[in-house]
Amino acid sequence: MAEYRYRDALRRALYEEMKADERVFIMGEDVGAYGGAYQVTVGLLAEFGEERVRDTPLSEAIIVGAALGAAMVGGRPVAEIMYVDFAALAMDQIVNQAAKIHYMFGGQFRVPMVLRTQQGTGRGAGAQHSQSLESWFVHVPGLKVIAPATPRDAYGLLRAAIHDDNPVIFLEHKGLYAVKGEVEDEPFVLPIGQAEVKRQGQDVTIITYSRMLGLALEVAEQLTSQGVSAEVVDLRTLKPLDYATLEESARKTRRVVVLHEAVKIGGLGAEISAELSQRLFGVLAAPIVRIGAEDVPLPANLELEKLVIPDAQRLTAAVEAVMRYQPMPTNGA
Amino acid sequence: MVQDAQAILKLYRDMLIIRRAEERILEELMQGKLASTMCHVSIGQEAVAVGVCSVMAEQDYLTSTHRGHGHFLARGGDVKRMMAELFGKETGYCRGRGGSMHITDAKIGHLGANGIVGGHIGIAVGAALWSKMSRRPAVTVCFFGDGGLTQGIFHEAANMASVWKLPVVFVCENNQYAMSLPWNKAAGQTSIQAYASSYAMPGLDVDGQDVLAVQQAAYEAIERARGGGGPSLIGAYTYRFLGHSRGDPSKYRDPEEEKRERARDPLLILRSKYPDVLDDRTTAQAETEVKAMMDDAVAFAEASPIAGASAVFSEIYA
Repeated sequence: MAEYRYRDALRRALYEEMKADERVFIMGEDVGAYGGAYQVTVGLLAEFGEERVRDTPLSEAIIVGAALGAAMVGGRPVAEIMYVDFAALAMDQIVNQAAKIHYMFGGQFRVPMVLRTQQGTGRGAGAQHSQSLESWFVHVPGLKVIAPATPRDAYGLLRAAIHDDNPVIFLEHKGLYAVKGEVEDEPFVLPIGQAEVKRQGQDVTIITYSRMLGLALEVAEQLTSQGVSAEVVDLRTLKPLDYATLEESARKTRRVVVLHEAVKIGGLGAEISAELSQRLFGVLAAPIVRIGAEDVPLPANLELEKLVIPDAQRLTAAVEAVMRYQPMPTNGA
Repeated sequence: MVQDAQAILKLYRDMLIIRRAEERILEELMQGKLASTMCHVSIGQEAVAVGVCSVMAEQDYLTSTHRGHGHFLARGGDVKRMMAELFGKETGYCRGRGGSMHITDAKIGHLGANGIVGGHIGIAVGAALWSKMSRRPAVTVCFFGDGGLTQGIFHEAANMASVWKLPVVFVCENNQYAMSLPWNKAAGQTSIQAYASSYAMPGLDVDGQDVLAVQQAAYEAIERARGGGGPSLIGAYTYRFLGHSRGDPSKYRDPEEEKRERARDPLLILRSKYPDVLDDRTTAQAETEVKAMMDDAVAFAEASPIAGASAVFSEIYA
């Protein structure tokens, strides 16, 4: 076991995959000489050379399009979009092209490409550099979507994404790159599509992912002083969603809060709460509560930014609300 | 290029196959036999597809457009399985899931007909990138129309292909209309050749109704790319004899213009250049053979099993 920062765990995954498989290559803006806007690819240019660590022009659509074309004929590209916000410039390539190729062409092509990008708040990056856009991708058949919260998950899931024969959107979080965590010395791969219970509890389940995992674990710890035992489930993969793990936890605790940094309206929390409510209508002791960002563009001022996204106070209030919920009395017929 | 009688006859026959296939597709569509309502034919534009594909090597790739039957057949796609795809049958190239706009055969290096105008240009650049990285002598031909040229991704793609010297040949098949918008109202710069210089690549404007002119330009561009010389841009000026799609009477076009352009039929132009090779007897025989091919294709499509639920819910992921 060694301690890795999130960015170093990602780099280890890239390094090991590029060492193991000559078809794996990296392309994106400033991934080479600069080492990546968030230093994930530092040192890879020196190790693997310009051919396999390709600095691209500022052209998001062709970064994705070229990665897709290369994947269709034998390459295994890992393309980087510097900020998820810039993926808007490449949405045709992601949604109409990469996601559709395998199915639309009757299974004739495989698309083993990974699109690494990072999202989220915490750096005062403003309205065009701080969004959490995972719902866009989760809504598209044919994509897989991963959003790791810990260095271990980042490492194991990036390796899995590179092994996968489908287009995978790999969503890192800019606020997590310096976070440290244990990662085994022996190489390993984590399965795509499996959530993980990050904290065991009996009374309420907090479902979350990416950087909000930290907030959930912090609040869960604080809640013990109120006698509340909170379970925290980290989705890790957002598509396909691991409903089996979510259902198992919700069935046990009978109370659920879904927490994410993305805007609440139309967010993943709506999908999860609707599905679990349907599956467990007679089991749940309280309606599922969702916590997400307010429906406003993100301001650059860090103090104002905090007002938009979920915090400990709001999450605690939500958990308390589901804990004290009393069903309406029936008409007693 | 040196042309013997056999090569000329093949060019003629390949164009005729496209012409008669698309006429037959329209007939079947009118009779309600097609499984989808979307269908764009390239009647009048056959010389571009055939001229370019005639000089592609076996290992080469191409990407194509929503108006892609011609590129597909010129590259050697099987008209039977193409017809089956249009009929929505399990034996179709895409198991009935693609239809006319997504006709594809990976085995002949066809990387897909694409329904998003310009959307496939990136795929072509990527295939060329991997060919170069993996040291394969494959060239990728990227067909798109005048509408595709005005899409933003063309700029990104041409620039990347140029700066990385990728083995890709961009073929702008300019049929003069992006659906209803005439080329001179769509582009400030109407010479396609002129775009190439912006990307420091060779550009060539050719008469897209002259299959031999197209062939010569494509040969030079493909061999240059194969030799490591990087990308080229060909502007092939052609004309869509029919409407954009079924149900488009082309009211936005001047009937005089249509008459004038339809007289420049690529089949007739080739015949006029080689009257001895393409004499009445030879062309009549070609017609008979091609008619039989189309009858076979329709019979195959009709006899094939319909794509069922298993085709719908499989292969969403590899």
